[in-house]
Amino acid sequence: MKPFLLFKEKDFDSSVLLPWNAADIIQDLGLNVLFKAMAGEDELLWEVAQKTLLTATENDIGTIFYRQEILKDCLDHPSEIKEIYATAQEAIDRRKKSWFGVFTNYPSSVLSGSREMILLYIDELKKLRGIAENHRSKFRSAGFKRFFEMIMAELSGDYFEEIEKHLQELRLDKNLVMSARLGKGNKGIRYTLHPPEAEKLSWWQKIFGQKAKGYTFYIHPRDESGSRALRDLKDRGLNEVANALGQSSDHILEFFKLLRTELSFYLGCLNLHSHLSGLGEPLSFPQPLPSDYRAQVGKGLYDPCLAISMNRKVIASDIKTDNKNPVIITGANQGGKSTFLRSIGVAQLMMQNGMFVPADFYSAGICNSLFTHFKREEDTTMKSGKFDEELARMSQIADHITPDAIVLFNESFAATNEIEGSEIAGQIVRALIEKGVRVFYVTHLYDFASNIYKDGRMDALFLRAERKEDASRTFRITEGRPLVTSYGQDLYYKIFKNDVAGNDTSDEGNISTGRVAASDKDL
Amino acid sequence: MYAVHPINAQIIFMPFNSILFSTKEETSATMPECFGDLHLDQVISSACAGKDEYNLRTFFYTPLASAENINYRQQVFKDLEHPEARQPVETFAAYMKQMRQSWIVYEKSLYDHQKQRIFLDIVTDYCDAVTRLEKGLSSAQLKSQGLLQFADYLKSYLCSSSFITLSSEATELLKDLQGIQYNIVIRQLRIQVLPYNHQPDYSAVIEKTFSRFQQQAQKDYRVKFDNSPDMNHVEAAILKGVSELYPQLFERLKQYASGHTNYLDDTIAAFDREVQFYIAWLQYISELKQRGLLFCYPKILKDSKNVRCSESFDIALAKKLSAENKRVVTNDFCLEKEERIIVVTGPNQGGKTTFARMFGQLHYLARLGCCVPGKEAALFLYDQLLTHFEKEETVETHRSKFEDDLVRIHEMLEKATPGSILILNEIFSSTTLQDATFLNKKIMQIADRLDMLCVWVTFIDELLNLSRKTVSMLSTIEPDNPAARTFKIIRRPANGLAYALSIAEKYHVTYQQLKDRIKV
Repeated sequence: MKPFLLFKEKDFDSSVLLPWNAADIIQDLGLNVLFKAMAGEDELLWEVAQKTLLTATENDIGTIFYRQEILKDCLDHPSEIKEIYATAQEAIDRRKKSWFGVFTNYPSSVLSGSREMILLYIDELKKLRGIAENHRSKFRSAGFKRFFEMIMAELSGDYFEEIEKHLQELRLDKNLVMSARLGKGNKGIRYTLHPPEAEKLSWWQKIFGQKAKGYTFYIHPRDESGSRALRDLKDRGLNEVANALGQSSDHILEFFKLLRTELSFYLGCLNLHSHLSGLGEPLSFPQPLPSDYRAQVGKGLYDPCLAISMNRKVIASDIKTDNKNPVIITGANQGGKSTFLRSIGVAQLMMQNGMFVPADFYSAGICNSLFTHFKREEDTTMKSGKFDEELARMSQIADHITPDAIVLFNESFAATNEIEGSEIAGQIVRALIEKGVRVFYVTHLYDFASNIYKDGRMDALFLRAERKEDASRTFRITEGRPLVTSYGQDLYYKIFKNDVAGNDTSDEGNISTGRVAASDKDL
Repeated sequence: MYAVHPINAQIIFMPFNSILFSTKEETSATMPECFGDLHLDQVISSACAGKDEYNLRTFFYTPLASAENINYRQQVFKDLEHPEARQPVETFAAYMKQMRQSWIVYEKSLYDHQKQRIFLDIVTDYCDAVTRLEKGLSSAQLKSQGLLQFADYLKSYLCSSSFITLSSEATELLKDLQGIQYNIVIRQLRIQVLPYNHQPDYSAVIEKTFSRFQQQAQKDYRVKFDNSPDMNHVEAAILKGVSELYPQLFERLKQYASGHTNYLDDTIAAFDREVQFYIAWLQYISELKQRGLLFCYPKILKDSKNVRCSESFDIALAKKLSAENKRVVTNDFCLEKEERIIVVTGPNQGGKTTFARMFGQLHYLARLGCCVPGKEAALFLYDQLLTHFEKEETVETHRSKFEDDLVRIHEMLEKATPGSILILNEIFSSTTLQDATFLNKKIMQIADRLDMLCVWVTFIDELLNLSRKTVSMLSTIEPDNPAARTFKIIRRPANGLAYALSIAEKYHVTYQQLKDRIKV
């Protein structure tokens, strides 16, 4: 019995390791905000949200659609989902409250402990059966249909009877029949327990005249070491059966745990959905495309983490990369470039995780891995050390990257002078592009951007952080070639308000000249 | 002396003496005096660790006198370095060890049915061990006289009628005993032993019932029982019950156990012990080899004193450093023509003592027939290894110790011959420079006259000028960072060039370093 609610034909492996760059991705895309919205304080929900999202690039398109369907069922019937979740939770809690597992030094206590445990699990199994009977017709997804059919088939009344019969027998209040062989030194080995009926057979043999061969002896009631030896002998006989029953009990528990874990993903999605819809943000189920579509098409794409942390609807952008690669994003400082880059990364991961995406519409080719290479603000090392560190991170990425990956660069390789930085960035990007890696690069390295613009070998898309004439930012990203200045001056004047107020004509003239030069320059 | 067992006396055996000696040499049970100074005490005790039952120390305490025997051992070593020869020997040893442990249980056992079976188990193991050893050795590409002759001996032993009887009877008896299966029915304090009745395995029934829940998790609830070979009286009573179900078989077992008490062959027993000398050494050096350190079988020089060795090291120190995961520095030496006395000077903590130890260890190990640290070596077949290493001491004991040292060195030189090796480490360093210089000079004159091979660790440069046979070697350190030791000892006149050389070393541009850095 398998829930199979995350994958069509396999379990979710909760021991799966996060990818090596998980910490970078979480930090660079600000994913902890997303996990918080999905999980609240629930550790399991958090863990499942994190593990599924960060391993989402391993899913094939079939899995994405499989989850989308199940998630739609969950959005339609949240109370049933929560009831199944609660049933699994109860079964797991029973185990926590029981003594089973504490005394596992003796097979006899393993046997009686697991016997009692399974008797308790039968209640929850019956409850699950009840839910299936009452609600299964409402569910449309292939995943839930299979799940409920399985419950109906495997947890029948006959089956419950069979289990209960065995549990009754395993009280072992009659004879204990076991067999053994002679091992080294003629010590007994391979002790095997047999069902108690077996003894009846030997009685039968006795009655119908087969020679009753045998040897009988008694342990004296006051022979303490003899009683100990007898107990030891019994335990040897019970060992395999106790193990079988103990493992069976674990298997039932594992089933409930797996069910709870896989449902955790959908509960997290339900939480996120209500949070973002509550802010008035749009959500939609995306169209994943095979990886050879190296394209992104999005309308009203926004960064959900920003929306959650600002607790309001945020500016959205459209994107249409066609098959252009790399995508180079330039423009005003604080113009929303990083947010835009993040929204692409988050939407891509959410889509590949089978979730809805933060957009009115989103469709993209799936990637087989996603890397982020963001400038690290907190780095306080000297300049050369910082540049070293950037290249070291790039080298780590290079250890793992393959074609059909996506790399998001944010102000990378700027920790040196512009000429050197541009040269390095240019070489790296060219190599990645030629290897079939999709690159999104936010940069203010003008040399780098304009070299690519001029370089006929790369079919790049240039986006620019939009700004209005009054220098206030719209945080919207539109198509546009790189300009020589990015608008740090604006920021300066915004922050140094007095300076703006008191600036004279000559100052303004200089700035204007700079801008004119930028826009007039023939690239 | 051929160790042929009495019961096999009518068979014509391939004669075999010993895997350690081609011609017999006397062994000594006392530790040689140089052991402490050369740290060979650590090396040998570590090599013999866990092998007390073989009493190997006596072999390590006895350097061989004849080059012929050294060669005999070197050949055996070379064979055993190949896994195809070593594996059967190690497997054989494990069997024999197991047998000795079984004997302890045998002695302790109170129940005849158990005792007789233990005996059968031991003989079975023995037959198995010997058969496998013969098979293993005959399929290995042996080259050494020692192992080839032993393999021949084994072959004829296995063909002897007494061995064939011993082995085939055991096999049959064991097969019959292992075939027995019986029922135990327990009701409260009553235990019945009954014939087996082909009942279903209850655990399989349970597994089948719950198989639909099968998940990944597999905690093993099976309790690990104490598997000591001892038997309690309940088990013994059950065994008695089983013997009553199969009386003829248990009678056969009894007959077998009383009929083969002299099963063990003396020559094979001796081989089991002696071959451990080789195994112990190969095991000891295997970890160092894995770290890329080299070992070689030295050429043994009987007449020439032009000793040499490349990429060698102090094996005791290497063992310690490799345990701490630290790098081991290797050193070379090479004496030509008249050169006899290596005078090691230079900064302290630079590896001078280590170098002296290395020189002594190499020569001692060569005489054991062992492989020695280094890439290539030619070493002198000395008669005595005379060492004196000055130890740090407290002021109070100073005077009397100085006197004792002098007495000891005198005694050493009294027995020294031109065939001896003398290793002196900072002797008399705790006395005045004048005294120390004087005494060192005096001793060097004797060494010069005897034409002994010497390593002389000292701070007195002028000793170099005293004899034409001296060679100057220097310890080195990094000039900017005296705390960083290189442990490299370099052949070079003691004229201050060492400083310049170590600067070059700091930038990793010496000849050797450049060679190391430029990888193919």
